[in-house]
Amino acid sequence: MSVPVDFNDIQGLVRFGHGKLTEASFWLLNVRDPSAARSWLASAPVSSAIELDGPPKTALQVAFTRDGLQSLGVPDEVLTGFSDEFLSGMTEESRSRRLGDAGVSAPEYWRWGGPGKVPHVLVMLYAQTGQLTDWTQNVKGPHWNSAFQVLDCLLTSNLQNVEPFGFADGVSQPTLDWERQRSVHGDQLAYSNLVALGEFLLGYPNEYGKYTDRPLLDPVQPSSALLPFAEDFTHKRDLGRNGTYLVLRQLQQDVRGFWRFLDKQANSDPEARQNLAERMVGRRINGDPLLPLNPQPIAGIDPSDAAQNQFTYDSDAAATRCAFGAHIRRANPRNADLPSGSSDLIAKLLHTLGFGSKKFRDDIIASTRFHRLLRRGREYGPGLSPQQAVADGSDTGEHGIYFICLAANISRQFEFVQNAWVMSTKFNAMTEESDPLLGNRQPVLGCPIVDTFSMPQEMGVCRRIPEMPQFITMRGGAYFFLPSLRALRYLAALG
Amino acid sequence: MTPQSNFMVLASVAAGRTDDLRRLLASMNRRPGVVDPQNPLVPFAQLPRLHFARIVVLEDRTLNDITAYKLPRVSYPTYLAFLGDFDGSFDSFLASMVNRTEEGLRRIFSYCEDFTPTTNLLAWMKSHNVRPATIYVNWIGRTTQQVREEEALRQAMEKFIRDAPSLRIMPSRQIYDKLTKFVKEEQRAGRITLTPPEPTPLGWRVLNFLHLAGVPLILLALSPFLLLYLPFFLFQLRRRETSDPEIAPRIDPGHARQLADLEDHDIANQFSAMGSVKPGLFRRWILAFFLWVVNYTTRHIYNRGRLARVTTIHFARWVFLDGKKRLLFASNYDGSLESYMDDFINKVALGLNLVFSNGIGYPTTNWLILDGAKDEQKFKYYIRRHELATEVWYNAFPGVSNLDMKRNMLIRQGLDHPYMTDSELQEWLQLL
Repeated sequence: MSVPVDFNDIQGLVRFGHGKLTEASFWLLNVRDPSAARSWLASAPVSSAIELDGPPKTALQVAFTRDGLQSLGVPDEVLTGFSDEFLSGMTEESRSRRLGDAGVSAPEYWRWGGPGKVPHVLVMLYAQTGQLTDWTQNVKGPHWNSAFQVLDCLLTSNLQNVEPFGFADGVSQPTLDWERQRSVHGDQLAYSNLVALGEFLLGYPNEYGKYTDRPLLDPVQPSSALLPFAEDFTHKRDLGRNGTYLVLRQLQQDVRGFWRFLDKQANSDPEARQNLAERMVGRRINGDPLLPLNPQPIAGIDPSDAAQNQFTYDSDAAATRCAFGAHIRRANPRNADLPSGSSDLIAKLLHTLGFGSKKFRDDIIASTRFHRLLRRGREYGPGLSPQQAVADGSDTGEHGIYFICLAANISRQFEFVQNAWVMSTKFNAMTEESDPLLGNRQPVLGCPIVDTFSMPQEMGVCRRIPEMPQFITMRGGAYFFLPSLRALRYLAALG
Repeated sequence: MTPQSNFMVLASVAAGRTDDLRRLLASMNRRPGVVDPQNPLVPFAQLPRLHFARIVVLEDRTLNDITAYKLPRVSYPTYLAFLGDFDGSFDSFLASMVNRTEEGLRRIFSYCEDFTPTTNLLAWMKSHNVRPATIYVNWIGRTTQQVREEEALRQAMEKFIRDAPSLRIMPSRQIYDKLTKFVKEEQRAGRITLTPPEPTPLGWRVLNFLHLAGVPLILLALSPFLLLYLPFFLFQLRRRETSDPEIAPRIDPGHARQLADLEDHDIANQFSAMGSVKPGLFRRWILAFFLWVVNYTTRHIYNRGRLARVTTIHFARWVFLDGKKRLLFASNYDGSLESYMDDFINKVALGLNLVFSNGIGYPTTNWLILDGAKDEQKFKYYIRRHELATEVWYNAFPGVSNLDMKRNMLIRQGLDHPYMTDSELQEWLQLL
């Protein structure tokens, strides 16, 4: 019944992390000459999501901020169809409060993306080892220099699938319902990792079964004939379809500070040190969960991935294995629409009316399926092992991650996760702590202590790590629109 | 147990003085969205029984919506509304507030139409008090004194645990003994106070019982008629539901910005919204009826930390204005608006639809409770569009969530229960 997905029209990044393409650089550009920029765009070899016979050697993805779209000539009445958060940008003051971009992470200190430093265009280049330079020259082509002013070029590094602290990265990702088979009607009683396409691509039904708002054009608009018709408003042209939003945040990681702090807590015992780090992350350093696997499979988790992801926190209600505040338990609480044990009709009714919850923490976390992120980040800076990090000697490099996530609704997905779950000092009825890794440790009105990490124990009081320093600092960020290939052709045809 | 009570002083702002009034109200804030609790006009912090207060100018931007029904726009006066939720009786609280803040209140109310320098302030406030159709209190009987003392108790105990690393390796019973001994000593030294609850006022208990029993009796007595009416009701309802206009456009970015500026300075937020009830007696009556029913549930059922599945709401109220033609909703909640709205949609859409679908422009419902709020984006636009900028908002306990208050209460209760089972004791220790 549903129209099949046209992979040719979707930028490859939505479907692939380009993991085999170990080299990558992200160019932050301003449009110098709109017409040259459109010419560049018209001939840019942007990668689609189609599966090729062999692995690709290179890839190119392109995204734009609001200012970027405006500078290419997108009319105002079209621009206003984009979401509020995309239009007002990551650094709007109230947004910074919600995202925790405060103190040394405040936008005024960012290298890029802060006031007056918002780029227009993000060009993402990926290549196999040793081929990035050639690929960059190839992509630039004849129009690049006249089209763009380079604000920054973010160079990534290949840390062999670990992030700078040394943990396996990108272990858990939502599975997209490319076949459009998922039914989202009614309460979902079990955690599912299969997520409606509309959560990550505009122009498709989301987890509410609705189409997320995006710019729909009257067919009389210039160049709109290049765009497909919208599924929900069949007489309108859909600029959003097969596109999505891209959140990019440059997070500097204090690798030395992190491991040295833990080393002190662990009295320099390497095993205890790593163990503590694992408790903060919520996974083993190799990515394995701290919890036993569910006996039943979980929808959307491939058998090959079961060893790392076939678990929920139902088996650890007291959080004695994986702390309530552990990073991955905050970022993805793996719950369903109703508390567990709502399978029969009576229990379901009781839960719906709010009567089934007896314990302090019962039914207080929002349903996960409305708050998923598709992560596509890359690391930067030289690798530094825990041993090197605690050893004496100067560390000249800066380490960090270019956090990238894709979402059709930035406020309900990225901002919600960041605000209500990761940075919140009140997540899951906790107090005195925010995310052990990402927390900005900024004071909260009325909360004298916000820098603890607590680990419930099977016996006795929680184990607490007090006075945790800030390990991660924001260095730049912006909200982008990652258009479909047809939308790119539309942009190239403007003016 | 000391029950909570509320006031809402409502008065028309004198013509042409709204902007000046807004400026005066802004002077009570340290910065937009952050009140100075000791501000010279109404130093809220000096009213120890007060939980929450707000002052908001009721100026509805959506009055044109009624023209979607081919009816003329109705003009209403701009109101000033001053709301508060507090412990104990209405009369004694108002008297003490007037006593402490008379001069400032007079300055504020001097912008109202019928307030003169010689007006008797207390009598005027009482005569302008508007009672809510429905009131929600997160935990009926939890006083400011209790919240204050129990938060101090938890912080003292946390500090004790932090400063005594040896506790970590003790058996649970021994930790419990250490903690209770510590608290007893602190109490003796006067550093921790845990005041026992006051007896519940007899008058309140009698009225509460009459309400508890009376509403079901009335419903029972009415049930044959309601049952007979049901088919007609459904017919009338469906006829309207299939034709009522939805008015939920994207909101003006300036308005959105103004609202956002006031939010997320505390872990809790305020929400004030108003709108017109759909024209005609049918909607007015079913709204009044369901608010009456909801009020019963909030008074007698959802009075222990949860409004159905939602734990984040401290106080909320629904107030009819202008002969039930308009409705004001005001609430105080933990978290940011996005998560609050998500809770509305995902946890209590049924109850929300029951009430708000009688407002002009609400996303289309089916059978009164289905769909409606489930149209996520339209619902969020609708909410934001009807939201008012709350000029002044006071929270007596910034940084303390409902769940914090509940945890603190459980911690205190545990101190008096030395005979907990092992698993109960473990659960209790994990609260700390």
